[in-house]
Amino acid sequence: MTAQAIPLPAPAGDRAVRAMTVLTLILIVSVAVGLAVGSQHINPASLFSDSFSRTLFFRLRLPRVLMGMVIGASLAVTGGALQALFRNPLADPYTLGVSGGGALGASVSIALGWSARVAGIPLVFAASFAGAMLAVSVVRTMARTGMVVLPGALLLSGVAVNLICAAGVLTIQYLTDPGSALRILRWLMGSLDVVGLDPVLRMLMVLAPAWLALLAFSRQLNLIAIDEDTAATLGVNVRRCEAIVHALCALIVGVTVSAGGAIGFVGLIVPHAVRRMFGEDLRIVLPGSLLLGAAFLVLADALARAALPSSELPVGAITGLLGGPVFLWLLRRRQEYSAM
Amino acid sequence: MPHPCFEALHLDYAYGGGPLAVRDVSLTSTPGTMTALIGANGSGKSTLIRMLAGLLRPRAGTIALDEVPLKDWQPRLRARQIAYVPQSTATAFPFQVIDIVLSGRAPHSARLRFESARDTEKAMEALENTGAAHLAGRPFTGLSGGERQMVILARALAQEPRLLLLDEPSSSLDLKHRADLMRTLGRLRETQRLSVIMITHDLQLTGSFDRLVALRSGEVAAAGTPDEVLRDHLLRDIYGDPNVRTQRMGNRTVVWVDL
Repeated sequence: MTAQAIPLPAPAGDRAVRAMTVLTLILIVSVAVGLAVGSQHINPASLFSDSFSRTLFFRLRLPRVLMGMVIGASLAVTGGALQALFRNPLADPYTLGVSGGGALGASVSIALGWSARVAGIPLVFAASFAGAMLAVSVVRTMARTGMVVLPGALLLSGVAVNLICAAGVLTIQYLTDPGSALRILRWLMGSLDVVGLDPVLRMLMVLAPAWLALLAFSRQLNLIAIDEDTAATLGVNVRRCEAIVHALCALIVGVTVSAGGAIGFVGLIVPHAVRRMFGEDLRIVLPGSLLLGAAFLVLADALARAALPSSELPVGAITGLLGGPVFLWLLRRRQEYSAM
Repeated sequence: MPHPCFEALHLDYAYGGGPLAVRDVSLTSTPGTMTALIGANGSGKSTLIRMLAGLLRPRAGTIALDEVPLKDWQPRLRARQIAYVPQSTATAFPFQVIDIVLSGRAPHSARLRFESARDTEKAMEALENTGAAHLAGRPFTGLSGGERQMVILARALAQEPRLLLLDEPSSSLDLKHRADLMRTLGRLRETQRLSVIMITHDLQLTGSFDRLVALRSGEVAAAGTPDEVLRDHLLRDIYGDPNVRTQRMGNRTVVWVDL
């Protein structure tokens, strides 16, 4: 008889408080680094005296750091939710083709020159959301047979949808006028470049409610991540929960992609890191992913800006270079995940 | 006979456009009774229990809990009445055992709250009841099939249902844990008037049940007390094997197959 060999974990509520404290501290440090790094050194004292420094800081650097936070948080939280929903640690907006769908939707609207806004919300968001929604629906239909989500089919259909969307984007670039093509290309590379706070605030108007709505599903997602059948007998309306979470993820990814391009693998690495640090409970993983995702992308962007002396790398390249190997490593460890 | 709290009448089910997997099956359960579903592989037992759990919608027939159709129950309220334990559970993520059992408290707690100390007590009590308390701090993915079975059973007990639906819970349990399972169910029947409907291939266990329902090709082939159903000619017919033998030993019936 092995008597209580392994001590019980602390109650989830306590673990959540500890996790949020640690991750908030990490975020604060990251933001400080993000604000400090750049082609121009800004002395904090000069913010009060020098109007050039002030403009640089408030019009360029702060918005860029905020953009990184918003996009990183968004991609990470959707990654965490999609992994739980599909019960697959390799799911993320990028691998499931959701980002690709959003990119295609956004390309269409850029090519057509839709710069209009409805109630302050750019139409590109809507086009991108529609593309992301279409992608997630296709992937879900392909991977689901009855009550079972087939992990192989899930990732393969994600790959296929990504390829189709990439081909679609290329076709649009080829057909459209050179100006639009160039804009699509620059945007596709994934950048957090932004001037002024307005664009970030416009995104937050859509994203913040969507984040909160997603967090409200943490417990249902916990039950679904454990087992779909027993989730249903524990009172979760699985189909409805699935449909809402899909729509929320498509919305968040759509808006994110239309603003920052397709930045890969943040949604894969970050939730995984949070789970490693604080356990599997999605009531911790999802809010934790918001915080750590924000911190991660701000740091990746700081690295992108600091890596080369004269110019900067696209942030998507940094996250891809970091995330690709993590993805392969997870694939290698598949046997740890018995359901795969 | 007390009034049935759970009543399934004339259930039919077919997968896709295929033939009926369950045909005209009726079943009732009164508080504090234990019913065993027996039958050969593919005879429709799991399909039936999944309908009773509300996971499959019957093609015809009705299922009612306290005279209210099962589909009209609010899912959360129904979850406080009926718990279901599937044949096996494979979780992709290494959730800790205690967290899995605690998640059984979900129908009883507010949506945006973490579990209370009382919930933790209930979860530990449930783990002790299934003899799995020593697993509480382990990751679920590292457990054997039988250990997982005990944990998921504990989760269902933490749910504090009135009716427990079990799909072959004993299949991967060893001798001692099978006995523990039956003792626990018997005790909960006495103390909390728990009703149980359980699929089993282990006919030795069925002596502890009040009622046996035997399925053959989706239809009820025999139903009644263990003494009435555990008979040579009935079992030969149910399992389609002419060499099934039964013998009374003391107050229980032993079943085996001559090879």
